[in-house]
Amino acid sequence: MAEYLAKGEAPDILFWVGCAGSFDDRAKKITKAIVKILNKVEMKFAVLGAEESCTGDPAKRAGNEFLFQMQAMQNIQIMNEYKVSRIVTGCPHCFNTLKNEYPELGGNYEVIHHTQLIQELIDSGKLRIEDGKPFKGKKITFHDPCYLGRANDVYEAPRKVLETLDAELVEMKRCKTKGLCCGAGGAQMFKEAEPGNKEVNVERTEDAMEVKPDIIATGCPFCNTMMTDGVKNANKEGSVHVMDIAELIAQAQDL
Amino acid sequence: MGIGSIVFIVILIAGFGFFGFNVKKVISNINLGRDKKINDRKGERWKVMTLVALGQKKMFQRPIPAMLHLFIYVAFLLTQIELIEIIIDGITGNHRVFYPSLGGLYTLVISIIEVLSVLALIATFAFLARRNLLKIPRFHKDEMTGWPKLDGNIILYLEILLVFFIFTMNGADEAVHIAEGKGSYGFAFSQFYGPAFFGGMDIDSLHILERIGWWGHLVMVLTFMNYLPYSKHFHIFLAFPNVWYSNLDAKGRLSNMEAVTNEVKMMFDPEADPYAAPAEPVGEPQTFGVKDVTDLPWTGLLQAYTCTECGRCTSECPANQTGKLLSPRKIMMDTRDRMVELGDYKRKNGEDTHDGKKLVHDYISEEELWACTSCNACVEACPVNIDPLAIIVDLRRYLVMEESKAPAELTGMFSNIENNGAPWQFSPSDRLNWKDEQ
Repeated sequence: MAEYLAKGEAPDILFWVGCAGSFDDRAKKITKAIVKILNKVEMKFAVLGAEESCTGDPAKRAGNEFLFQMQAMQNIQIMNEYKVSRIVTGCPHCFNTLKNEYPELGGNYEVIHHTQLIQELIDSGKLRIEDGKPFKGKKITFHDPCYLGRANDVYEAPRKVLETLDAELVEMKRCKTKGLCCGAGGAQMFKEAEPGNKEVNVERTEDAMEVKPDIIATGCPFCNTMMTDGVKNANKEGSVHVMDIAELIAQAQDL
Repeated sequence: MGIGSIVFIVILIAGFGFFGFNVKKVISNINLGRDKKINDRKGERWKVMTLVALGQKKMFQRPIPAMLHLFIYVAFLLTQIELIEIIIDGITGNHRVFYPSLGGLYTLVISIIEVLSVLALIATFAFLARRNLLKIPRFHKDEMTGWPKLDGNIILYLEILLVFFIFTMNGADEAVHIAEGKGSYGFAFSQFYGPAFFGGMDIDSLHILERIGWWGHLVMVLTFMNYLPYSKHFHIFLAFPNVWYSNLDAKGRLSNMEAVTNEVKMMFDPEADPYAAPAEPVGEPQTFGVKDVTDLPWTGLLQAYTCTECGRCTSECPANQTGKLLSPRKIMMDTRDRMVELGDYKRKNGEDTHDGKKLVHDYISEEELWACTSCNACVEACPVNIDPLAIIVDLRRYLVMEESKAPAELTGMFSNIENNGAPWQFSPSDRLNWKDEQ
């Protein structure tokens, strides 16, 4: 972002990478897939790099409103200085927080999730998925991230994107508004689960396994981790892959 | 005025009076909550109330109970038309005052009520079976033992009695009408079972039976009404205001705490003088988050009264499904029970007294609160737009900001965010490393 400013230019969109996308080895691959797509369509995008800081989502959901607001105000200050107007995120949690919880603190931006951006690019013809690419005949099931689906009513964009892949899209018995959580939300990602008789991600992976998919598609780095662990738990990591929609599109494009 | 009319008026006044007394109590309990102004987006609120409360849109996510519930709901609404006649008859000493003037329309309305009463009766038996014979898990959770279980059944027994009296009344009346040579009323069911059951009885017994049915109906309606404030069944009234005042924003948006905003703004403002006297006189020091029902917005308390303990929230909850202690329904039940307890205490001992108990710890444990994934499944599932998640987060806020009680891993996560801007221990300068990694 600073480089654009130095050149006196403004990017079309700010790519909010998020902590997982920046630091988690698995999620970094999703980040790179998103970047590949953005480069492919020659979109002028920027990242905040070292100036980006946690949105405060896990702090807020864990009840630490102070920490959340400190993070939010700091991020808003930086983004407002750069005059950011449009943001795409690689994570539904960042998406939700930036979109719904920043405006009240002075951060007003148009915020979209990367699956929405990809759908937009496909709809406008900027991104074309050719037939017969690596997913032909493959069975893909989409796991709705809570913070994309129920929290923000985005159910169609990820599905429309997947439909372009020429694969067989199958729904789990619990999907869309009834989709079961992966178990990571509400700051659970950063703690051990409370005592119970099962892990939530195992329960959710069983839903997915029922439809016998080749690929479990996700749109969230945390869901990705949880579902990947669930698949390992079921000893299916050889035959079932957990992949982000951005990765699937990048692969279909040979990017 | 006959003795019957006097007795009627006394019963009616007593019934409505006692109900009014209890409604006042409910209102004062709801007012224990914090003030919160909601008068925006009226058009949207009308729409959501029409669809969700009146139209039962969310009920139909589960079609079988939704149909059964619809029978009872519509029967309940339409039977109230008959109540108007009962009240007029009771006061004036008339008998079926609308019958001569309305003619065919009257027959139609009473016939519809009879048909709906039969459907409601079928639904009531089905509900009794669902609650007691079929092992439907959401009716057998830990919080559904004792009073809540009994409450669920009592209301169904009352419904059976109510329908029983309606049919006694109409059946015996039909037999009387025929015996007096006036022919059949022609109501949908009573024209058949009336003569079949009661035909051949002497006219005096029929008159007595008809009166038993008529008075029984009235007494049951009043009993039912007065039972509501003690029961989860208050939802039949509160569902409407509850949906009206429900959250219209994206479910993912958690409320902003303004008190915190002011403090954080001051921290960010280099001009601010931390030792300056506050610009406005500060009232009672506010707790951050919610420790008791008095810290909740009144809408949260309205929701607690509206909850009918159907348990759809709990059956959709990922934590509950995997054996954790959390049950969103219990959060609402605890909130209601605590509110009633504190309200009773304050009415007895004075407005400014406090019994020393609180919602968190005494009713809702930390383990329950920390099991939530904030996935909004409970909010989505609730047929009347109750939001248990808002209460859970408010209670977490109290634990974290007032008691500094969070699971150790979360405390670590907090300090990571504070120190390096990420929930994990990575240096902010490494944020862009992915760019050059293969």
